Order: sequence, then structure tokens, then C-alpha cells
Amino acid sequence: MTASSPEFVPGPKIKEPRIVSGRVRPGAEQWSWRFMRLSGPVLVVLILTHLFVNLMTGDGISQIDFAFVAGKWAAPLWQWWDFLMLALAMLHGGNGMRLLINDYAHRAWLNKTLHGALGVAVLGIIVLGSLVIWTFDPCPIDADPSLLPSFCEDVR
Amino acid sequence: MTATAESPAVGEVQAMLVTLRILRSKPEGSDDHAPGEQYWQEFQVEAHATDRVLDALHKIKWEQDGSLAFRRSCAHGVCGSDAMRINARNRLACKTLLKDLNPAKPIIVEPIKGLPVEKDLIVDMEPFFASYREIMPFLMTTGNAPTRERLQSPEERARFDDTTKCIMCAACTTSCPVFWTDGQYFGPQAIVGAHRFIFDSRDEGQWDRLEVLNDKAGVWKCRTAFNCTEACPRGIEVTKAISEVKKALTTGAI
Repeated sequence: MTASSPEFVPGPKIKEPRIVSGRVRPGAEQWSWRFMRLSGPVLVVLILTHLFVNLMTGDGISQIDFAFVAGKWAAPLWQWWDFLMLALAMLHGGNGMRLLINDYAHRAWLNKTLHGALGVAVLGIIVLGSLVIWTFDPCPIDADPSLLPSFCEDVR
Repeated sequence: MTATAESPAVGEVQAMLVTLRILRSKPEGSDDHAPGEQYWQEFQVEAHATDRVLDALHKIKWEQDGSLAFRRSCAHGVCGSDAMRINARNRLACKTLLKDLNPAKPIIVEPIKGLPVEKDLIVDMEPFFASYREIMPFLMTTGNAPTRERLQSPEERARFDDTTKCIMCAACTTSCPVFWTDGQYFGPQAIVGAHRFIFDSRDEGQWDRLEVLNDKAGVWKCRTAFNCTEACPRGIEVTKAISEVKKALTTGAI
């Protein structure tokens, strides 16, 4: 071995290219895993608080009607709360379904179709739900006043 | 009066009749069964409660049906050849005593799941070994080899001590529900094999292995079902080892 020859490394060599099983986007699965671990606990807090505020405080379950929901969505806090709950729940659940599809749908066309349907469902529900939350009008002009929250009388 | 042959010896273990229900298949087929078709066959053997499932299988093969095929080598829980699904759990036939299995009922013996069956209880282990090869289970270093041993402290050794116990019987990998549905998954054993080198202070190929395991078919497919930890006949905390690899990948610290 001469001084200019590459450094000698003992041990067996790996043949290139190494067989790589199913690598698509390096690191993508790691981020998916991190997202699940982070969104899970956040969802637990969001949902339990949501249930507590709706069912345990005030008049409990009998208070829930159109007026109650309208009153909540008049406050930006609850708008953001419900939006976060909607988005995280759909993405968390959708990602879980994606993993299931990857586990069980081995035929390429079936895998693609199910992933496509899942993506449409997740995005569709997030978009529709966000529309309701952010463009919600608590005092529609020609609605029965008895169904509306009390502050609507001042708006009219 | 001297002792007679009829009186039972002190501490003698009573013999009993045990039924084994074995999932069989023959690649060449037979009059009743198509080639490769799996079917159940029952055998009755006389055995002692302290006998192992492997002893019962031997009795069947030697005295009743010589065509029964299964792997075994050392017969003492070291070589890892005779992993099989006994009463719906992966175990080594040579380490499972009949008395621990309720011998009053038929003992169900199947080949391990998720690998192609070749004959009776023998499966094709090649996909399993291919995963192991992919994580490069050998010491990787740079620079000149030292003229003496590569030393490490007891604390450094303790970090990967658990995963050095692996005998590659495939009980963990073939108990993994993710591996059953997706054979692309490396499986618990390959991650245990990688763990043994990743956390070895003498090895320098950690990030090559971690890169392989950071893959779509790598550690992120693990759903912490803990089947592997329960199945391991060597008592390796497999799920913990997988989680340590995940932690190394998410924190970047080994």
C-alpha cells in the first residue's frame, strides 16, 4: 500500500448500491411520528376542556342549543379552540388512517385510491368546518328570535 | 422387606397422554392434500409433565410420523432454531415445558407467522436474514486497526448488553402485527441487531445504521404493541430497544 492509496479500512465492505426497502422521503416518517406524539396530548387537553365547558359548567347538557353555540363562537378564543380541535383531530386521525392503509393496502392502485380518498375527506372536512367556524353569523336576519342568543337583540 | 419394582419411586414424575395439534403442509402434496396446503393433524404421545414440547415433537417424529419436519439444533435454547407458535404464542419448543401449557387440552403447534412456510413447521428465514443484513451487523470503524483490543468501560458495555443476547430465532419479528401485514418492515430483530452496534462505543457506523432505520420501513413502523418483548425467549426488552433507537433519531444524541 502506497502513501497515496485510500485509507485502509478493515472489515467487510458494503456493496453499492445498498438495497433500500421502500425509501421515499427521508425523515418524513419521523415527522409523522413526532406529529402524532405532539398532537395526541394537545388533543386530550382540547377535547376534555371542550367537554367540561359544554357539559359540566352552567346548566350542563340542557344548555346546549343554537344560542349556546352561537354565544361560544362569538368569542375568538372558542373559534380558535374549535378550529384547532377540528384541524388536529382530522390530521391526527387522517395520519393514523394513512399508516393503516400503508400496512394493509399492498396493491398499488388500491393504496393510491385509498390515500386519495383519505386526503379528500380530511381536507374537505377541515375546509368545510373552518368555513362554519369563521363565517358563522350568530344573528341571521330572518330567524326566530327565541332561538337566538340574547345579545342579538342589541344587534337588530 | 425389600423394595419391589411395583412401588413407585420417590418423586417419580407421572407419565401422561398429551395431544398435539400440528399445522402441517407438504410442498409435494399427498393423496389427501394439495401441495403446500395447510391442514391440522393430531398426535397423541406419552410424555412427562417435565418434558418439553420439543421432546413431544421428537417422539412423534421418531415413533409415529417420520415425515414431520421442524428445525432444531442445540435443543437447549441457545441456537434459536426451533421458534414456533405454541398455543398461539411464539416460543422456543426446547424451552417450553408441557406442564406450563395445560396438557389436558390439545397443544396447538404452528409455524411462526409472517414468513413463507416451506414444510410443516419450517419457514423460509431469508426475508428475516435479509433485514438483518441491511442494518450492517458488523463492527464499522475508521482509521488503522489498533494493535490490541478495543477497550470499553463496564458502563459503556451496559448500554447495549441486553441486545447482545439475541439468538436470531425470529420469535419477536414473527409475533409483530406490523410485520404480519407488511413484510417490508425491518421487524424487531433487525432493530435489536442494529441497537447492539449503535450503542456500542467502539463502533463508528451508528449514523449509517440510523439512516437505514429512519426509513419508511424502519423504526417508525413500530406501534409499540409489545408482542416482541413478550415473545423473546431470551427476555430482551425489545420494545425498549426500539424506543431507544427512536429517541436517538429524534434527539440526534446517542
